[in-house]
Amino acid sequence: MAGGTTEMLTIGLGHYLTVGAILFLLGVLGIFLNRKNVIVILMSIELILLSVNLNMVAFSAALQDLTGQIFTLFILTVAAAEAAIGLAIVVIYFRNRGSIEVEDISTLKG
Amino acid sequence: MNWTLILPELVLALVGLAALAGGVLPKRDTHFAVNMAVLGGLLLTAVLVVAQPEGDAFNGQYVADAFTRFMKLLVLAGAALGLLLAMDWNEKEGLGKFEFPVLLLFSSLGMMVMVSANDLIALYLGLELLSLSLYVIAAFNRDSERSAEAGLKYFILGSLASGLLLYGSSLIYGFSGSTNFDAIADALTGMESVPFGVVVGLVFVLAALVFKVSAVPFHMWTPDVYEGAPTPVTAFFASAPKVAAVALLTRVAAGPFGDLVGQWQQVIILCSLGSMILGALAAIGQKNIKRLMAYSSIGHVGYALLGLAAGTEFGVRALLLYMAIYLFTNVGAFAVLVAMRRNGRALEGVDDLAGLGKADPAMALAMTCFMLSMAGIPPLAGFFGKLYAIGAVWQEGFVTLGVVAVLSSAVSAYYYLRVIKVMYFDAGEALDPRPTSLSVVLTGTGLFTVFFFAFPAPFMAAAQAAVLALLG
Repeated sequence: MAGGTTEMLTIGLGHYLTVGAILFLLGVLGIFLNRKNVIVILMSIELILLSVNLNMVAFSAALQDLTGQIFTLFILTVAAAEAAIGLAIVVIYFRNRGSIEVEDISTLKG
Repeated sequence: MNWTLILPELVLALVGLAALAGGVLPKRDTHFAVNMAVLGGLLLTAVLVVAQPEGDAFNGQYVADAFTRFMKLLVLAGAALGLLLAMDWNEKEGLGKFEFPVLLLFSSLGMMVMVSANDLIALYLGLELLSLSLYVIAAFNRDSERSAEAGLKYFILGSLASGLLLYGSSLIYGFSGSTNFDAIADALTGMESVPFGVVVGLVFVLAALVFKVSAVPFHMWTPDVYEGAPTPVTAFFASAPKVAAVALLTRVAAGPFGDLVGQWQQVIILCSLGSMILGALAAIGQKNIKRLMAYSSIGHVGYALLGLAAGTEFGVRALLLYMAIYLFTNVGAFAVLVAMRRNGRALEGVDDLAGLGKADPAMALAMTCFMLSMAGIPPLAGFFGKLYAIGAVWQEGFVTLGVVAVLSSAVSAYYYLRVIKVMYFDAGEALDPRPTSLSVVLTGTGLFTVFFFAFPAPFMAAAQAAVLALLG
């Protein structure tokens, strides 16, 4: 430091996996701790899928193997379909109840 | 590439696309024609599955053997029976739309891909095709608040389970170097110690699959979704997808991770114990019969998982037989629930069955057989399922597991017998006459349940061949 030399920080597999794990955890916590709005849950689900994509691409690069990237393409495609269906279900739910508060989703219990 | 091997899936997919186009294009109401086309498609696919040669395709991503044949036939039977139950009900509830059979068909296609998957990518795609169709049909009665809520809950928790599955898959891929089941098995056999990442990944994948089979501790969605969804949809949920998910769980546990049996056996034992106990206790106080059946199905998954917990050839055979017997008994019981309708209104209370013994003795007798079979009373089919499952764990020395299974089976007999008591000893008004399609389903499943003891040989032989194909 005093001598003015800076050590280059290389970003390796471990860093990507850590970011992936943090994003995944944020997504899961977002589903369970969120007491407000269903849209936030949909966003959390997307976050989980993106964290998996990050993992897959990082592993793919580390293993020098394309399978992980192909898996990522499939996940992206399915995530789009899933978001569409999720929003459609939220719309019919809103039409019936007039609210998408998480606390209100409690007609069925026992 | 040996693409002719996937002929059953191709045909089913083409029938689905044709049914979709045929449902939209004409200007008139097409739902009856589409229903029939889908039923025909399911039957045709079943014939093709029987005739399917064995082997693998798509670089080992897809595999066809005696195990997949056994499971696919069960899945197709479950889907066809589910559609038969739904046809009349949908008409009466004003849900006669052609999308329903098409969605059911695509979910069956997803289940067939799941059963044949030999790669994490194929597994994921099959599971998602199934799940996305199921989310929609859970919310199919879209003007009903309860159906919409069931769909929403199923969607959120199902997506979370898919997320867990994917995260686990990514770790397994990263630490074993492949997504192919055979390659994973080879990689794990070659290693001196199993990488920690693979074990963590395996736990994530198992958690997701346990969610799909609705075993404890990932069962919480089941009662809500089963209660809120339309009754024939619940009947379908409790039969075919459950069988397919159990098949998938078995293949994942016994195939790529066969060498890690010590790691997953504990997990499966705990899930099985929890499911049996919860299924027996939580159903006791239920007044809604769909909710009761939901807890009952959680319990049944617990008994089926006993076979996998044993981890032996005999155990897996017991698991396959249990799922086959469960499928037909369960569809039969749900046929009675679908027929519960008074003055045009659908009923769901256990008490609404009152007086059925006098009003419709044939249906009451069938329901009695299904309930006694689920309780495990000999000589009905359910008794043999439980006998083999408990025998399998007993052989391996899991005495506690066997004792808990027998005790929880005795406790669960209480609520099955209560249904019979309500039917025969409580007074109530007659139900509306049952439609022909339900009578057909009731007769078929009823005969299977009662006379299984006389002709178990073909089922045993098929299950034995399936186990040999799976475990090699």
